[in-house]
Amino acid sequence: MNQLTLSIIFYLFAAVTVVSAAFVVFSKNVIYSAFALLFTLFGVAALYVFLSADFIAITQLVVYVGGILVLLLFGVMFTNTIMQTDIKTDVMHVVPGTILLILMIAGMLYTFYTTGDWMPGEAQLQGSVVQRIGIETMSRYMLPFEMASVVLLVALLGAAFLARYDKAHKNEH
Amino acid sequence: MEMFTAIGLNHFLTISAILFSLGMYAVMTRKNAIVILMGVELIMNAANINFLTFSKYNGGMEGVMISLFVIVLAAAEAAVALAIVINIFKTFKTVDVSSVDTMKE
Repeated sequence: MNQLTLSIIFYLFAAVTVVSAAFVVFSKNVIYSAFALLFTLFGVAALYVFLSADFIAITQLVVYVGGILVLLLFGVMFTNTIMQTDIKTDVMHVVPGTILLILMIAGMLYTFYTTGDWMPGEAQLQGSVVQRIGIETMSRYMLPFEMASVVLLVALLGAAFLARYDKAHKNEH
Repeated sequence: MEMFTAIGLNHFLTISAILFSLGMYAVMTRKNAIVILMGVELIMNAANINFLTFSKYNGGMEGVMISLFVIVLAAAEAAVALAIVINIFKTFKTVDVSSVDTMKE
């Protein structure tokens, strides 16, 4: 694949990511936002492949699209009564928010593009990184890996405890 | 023309800056707690793109490993935050964050 095809594919996925992220933010309907977030996460996963982090891209698909997005959709369904046909979200501070949005994009792009050239290292990541991730996980990042597993276990137990169906509370009403 | 066809570090940084700002905008302006959570996810994805970009062009594995841990913590955060949102809905019958102003029932 030559350079031109590669950059066309890159711009395609970049456009998908940015446009659907804008749709997530600007859409008034929560369901539409949730489905636009699906396309944003797919686009970001494709960008991860461009950054030769294929394992992270697959993890992104499994965890974000398969887990977090479904959880968010469940949240939308739970917190809206069936009678309420239009699931809207109101806005506040629109003008300061828009000013901040434009200023932040402009400021960051100005900083990135004017503070001199980046100097990439000699040995960039090439091809697949799966094997190196395995080696790093079992050597340098052993303790953080175990801590992450404990944090995930505790957080999910706590979430299940917080969101459980409260029978005693229900009987009071 | 060279600047647009050769995909380099700045392209990824641009996308991540736009994603971060959009997520910030969602957190600032939306009233629905679930859309605010979506904004937080956008911010985390922007940070992940930055980590992976610098890791790729530096040649080290640090950014790749940290982005894995970010994904794990994002999963934990989403689960706990949605449990809290569901509890807020049980108590206040709404998920409008500007009308949630007391910690007692």
